[in-house]
Amino acid sequence: MSVYLVQFLSGLASASALFLAASGLSIIFGVTRVVNFAHGSFYMLGAFFGYTFVREVGGGGIGFWFALLLAALAVGLVGLVVELVILRRLYKAPELFQLIATFGVILIVQDVALWAWGAEDLLGPRAPGLTGIVRIFGTPMPVYDLALIAAGPLVLAALWLLFNRTRWGILVRAATEDREMVAALGVNQSLLFTGVFVLGSMLAGLGGAIQLPKGGADLLMDFGILAEMFVVVVVGGMGSILGAFLAAVLISLLNTFGILVWPDGTLVLMFILMAVILVVRPTGLLGRPETAGHKAEAGFETALRPAGPHYKLFIAAVLALLLVLPVLVGEFYLILVIDILVLALFATSLHFLMSTGGLVSFGHAAFYGGGAYAAALLVTYAATPFELALLLAPLGAGLLALVIGWFCVRLSGVYFAMLTLAFAQVAWSIVFQWSDVTNGDDGLLGIWPSAWASGTLVFYFLALVIAVGGIFLIRRVIFAPFGYGLRATRDSTLRAAAIGIDIKRQQLVAFVFAGAMAGLAGALFVFSKGSVFPDEMSIPRSFDALLMVLLGGVESLSGPFVGAAAFTYLHDELITFEYWRLLLGLTIVALVLLFPQGLAGAAKHYLGRYLKLEAEPTGAAVTKREVREA
Amino acid sequence: MSEAAVKPNPAAPSLAVRHLSKAFGGVQAVRDVSFDLGKGELLALIGPNGAGKSTCFNMLNGQIRADSGSVSLAGTELIGRSPADIWRRGVGRTFQITATFPSMTVAENVAMVLMSQRHELFSFLKTAVQRHRKKALELLDLVGMTGQADRPCGVLSYGDLKRVELAVALGNEPSVLLMDEPTAGMAPRERIELMGLAARLVRDLGLSVLFTEHDMDIVFGHADRIIVLSRGELIAEGTAEQIRSNPLVLKTYLGEGQIYGRKEG
Amino acid sequence: MLSVEKIHSYYGQAHILTDVSLALSTGEVVVLIGRNGAGKSTTIKSIMGMVKVTEGDISFDGEALRGEPTHRIARRGIGYVPEERRVFTRLTVQENLEAGQQPPREGAPRWRFDDLFDLFPNLAEARHRLAGTLSGGEQQMLTIARTLMGNPGCILLDEPSEGLAPVVVEQIIKVIQQIKAQGLPILLSEQNLYFASLVSDRAYVIETGRIRFSGTMHELEENAEIRQQYLAV
Repeated sequence: MSVYLVQFLSGLASASALFLAASGLSIIFGVTRVVNFAHGSFYMLGAFFGYTFVREVGGGGIGFWFALLLAALAVGLVGLVVELVILRRLYKAPELFQLIATFGVILIVQDVALWAWGAEDLLGPRAPGLTGIVRIFGTPMPVYDLALIAAGPLVLAALWLLFNRTRWGILVRAATEDREMVAALGVNQSLLFTGVFVLGSMLAGLGGAIQLPKGGADLLMDFGILAEMFVVVVVGGMGSILGAFLAAVLISLLNTFGILVWPDGTLVLMFILMAVILVVRPTGLLGRPETAGHKAEAGFETALRPAGPHYKLFIAAVLALLLVLPVLVGEFYLILVIDILVLALFATSLHFLMSTGGLVSFGHAAFYGGGAYAAALLVTYAATPFELALLLAPLGAGLLALVIGWFCVRLSGVYFAMLTLAFAQVAWSIVFQWSDVTNGDDGLLGIWPSAWASGTLVFYFLALVIAVGGIFLIRRVIFAPFGYGLRATRDSTLRAAAIGIDIKRQQLVAFVFAGAMAGLAGALFVFSKGSVFPDEMSIPRSFDALLMVLLGGVESLSGPFVGAAAFTYLHDELITFEYWRLLLGLTIVALVLLFPQGLAGAAKHYLGRYLKLEAEPTGAAVTKREVREA
Repeated sequence: MSEAAVKPNPAAPSLAVRHLSKAFGGVQAVRDVSFDLGKGELLALIGPNGAGKSTCFNMLNGQIRADSGSVSLAGTELIGRSPADIWRRGVGRTFQITATFPSMTVAENVAMVLMSQRHELFSFLKTAVQRHRKKALELLDLVGMTGQADRPCGVLSYGDLKRVELAVALGNEPSVLLMDEPTAGMAPRERIELMGLAARLVRDLGLSVLFTEHDMDIVFGHADRIIVLSRGELIAEGTAEQIRSNPLVLKTYLGEGQIYGRKEG
Repeated sequence: MLSVEKIHSYYGQAHILTDVSLALSTGEVVVLIGRNGAGKSTTIKSIMGMVKVTEGDISFDGEALRGEPTHRIARRGIGYVPEERRVFTRLTVQENLEAGQQPPREGAPRWRFDDLFDLFPNLAEARHRLAGTLSGGEQQMLTIARTLMGNPGCILLDEPSEGLAPVVVEQIIKVIQQIKAQGLPILLSEQNLYFASLVSDRAYVIETGRIRFSGTMHELEENAEIRQQYLAV
């Protein structure tokens, strides 16, 4: 019996750090409307700073806690810099740019942490005076856990007081609803935003620091906590701090008890819990229905128009070039172009979801990797022929998308996006942990095409036909009744529902279709490389796709292709450096700040007028919202 | 109104609403509301903001599920059905704030309805460009918008958007039309024109219309009958004359009559 | 005291206001009247720094406002009551008022909680209720009260009668008259000529982003041509 009690208390203890981090994320989003992807990095930095400060000033009971507070302050300072230098310029930009920018911060922080603290996992220092264990009905339990258990409710109470009993708190809550109105009442928005961002960062930092004696510090903490935080925020209900607390407790308890019952299945349990809660209460435990203003706007107000004559000519020229390419360049470059084709299909499938559907997925790599693994598993375990595996892989990815999408389309906007990321992380974890089948981190090897297609030249043409065919299929669907219906759900859910469109179904089918196309790209990938590793399903890979869409610009379908090429080039250039993540991160941040329309978008903007790239001017320089406000 | 071609017939209701109630977290938004919408009738629903008019509308078209009560459309119970289902059964709706698809042209907006009505939305390979254009133009002709058929909805003026919405609502050949503040945000002459157009179409097509409105000149000028909602309850029902002289309505809604009944226009 | 001279405003690429000038002096109520989409709200938002103004000058009490951020314009004494009653629905009435609080201003009437609860007795009763649970009329009163909490030197009132019950509109007329009696100038945007005529001293008629008429309310009422052409009455 006492084992369960201790297990229960231990669950409560681990809930605290998770709650601190998640509440910070929720508060920042509430006011600034930025989903701070770097929040996991702030949590990780909190742990690293804590480690250093405890060593430097952490002598004695007071010193230890002082060091943890210092760590939180230091992370707050990092948050301040990130807000001032990067986010402040992007508040009015489409959401995608903010996300990509904070993703750039993740990369930068990863390499800076690697440089400063090394690659080894750091063992957390013990808290002076709290190093012992207490026996609860005979079962031992670390004393420090009791301190952690107290920390959660303490911070919860402090936040409640801050938000309900101070003018600053009232203004923050007001700004959560209508920040423009708050400014019109004479409140300096920038200051408020900065303050909120620093507060949220400090909470993440504190969360990372206080779990130090229990969990230490390592370089994988950032993505690990990120998915958990998203689950907490979605389950608890966005914007509800108490909800975040309850969800953190629930999930931590599930984890600690899950280990007793089903050691390998904790992630699956979390998945089931999340699924059940979302089916019963789509807004989370204490969340309110999303208001229109919370909609994730990826920046797609205009629609793709059918291609104009010049654009068609341009596409034909590019295709012709691709066809004669083997004559012009050697094998090395052909392989590079295969990579680009595969990634272009992957990025186009995401672009379709984002532009036509208005659905921003943060976890699209689940289906790319899903397709790759589907093909690899079929070949490895069922000796499936290459041709059949290539056909079945998109079906497998589509099936995965059906399962994940069935839950995700119940939410909209940024909740949808966070949920896709959380599910993708679960999918990644399963592949990573289920090593009996997937070989875990060692990956699946020796997945080659049939003999007839194994030469680079033949495979190049195969990839060309499949990738270009896939992209044209996607384009066809965009202009089919299905694509129009999907666009209708993006444009106005109110009107779409009123004319009998089943919004969720339209979105789910789109999600499955996009997932299948990503899976097709994944299958091409695995046969071009001969192997697949869990990385292909990871969050960074999902971000690669977002980055390609961004680089290519969101407004044209050739964008993803340009984006894939630019991304491949960038990646190949940078990978040779030791701190390539740092460079990539800095490049991303710089690109976002300099080219808010993406590369292709910028090019099209400047060239478009002269080249008549579209069938007709949409007259849509003025968007609906602008006219309505005028 | 002079254009009354089809006489409204309250004896054969298109929509029979009985004992409709809805509470939101302890607040009774609508309480035991019953009324009939007669065939061919223009029925106005008026009342203060927050009286429950929108909640009523949302229950009628299935967006909100009623706690209790019944809504019968020519014998078919509507409570419990999805908005899409109710729409397919012939209950159309326009919104207070215009809701169109801004990235599509006017004609495409109307064509969307036709595609939805014909169950084509899961067609992947046919093209939707120019689809149902002829029928869409016919509908736009009814509301006088053919000239702007190829402009994106995002750039239309407010009054024109309202006309597009009307065409969209008619696209499904509804028998009942719910119009939420059809003339809100328009200038006096535009209001009169739009409502005149709506009334004419309704009579020609034999529709039954329930509409909310704050412009009393529109209400008194066009409605066959008026029902008044206050704090979730039906407090009055009758002709313009009866409503205008009802002391309870004057107190809770109409006030001293300062701001309606203008002579001009 | 508030003067707008020859401003041009844009939403993105769209040129919304052309050469708009207007003035508001102590103690008067001036209406900016025009149809939906004529540029009324854009004019008010331009004054508040919420819309990009590319040319022209805006000044209040001799201080230039153009190019300043919104919060600084508000602190200079411009009170803004938005259209569509943007109360903070998840804050109580009291908290909404606190959010609007600014220090008293020289030369402008000072409003305390009690003054406002006198002016809006309904709000006093609802003091601890969430603003989201108020009726539309009460919410409109709350937005006006919230703005007054900032002790403004003038008020921009954007379409206060739109979508409200006649009985509420009558209350708003009374409130406007009471505020005017305190010497606070009000710039009102409105498309209901009838409502405007009950409260305003002077009028500007705006259409497609240009001022087409300016004069006293009486002159506008006499000028059938202008009303026909631009106001569609």
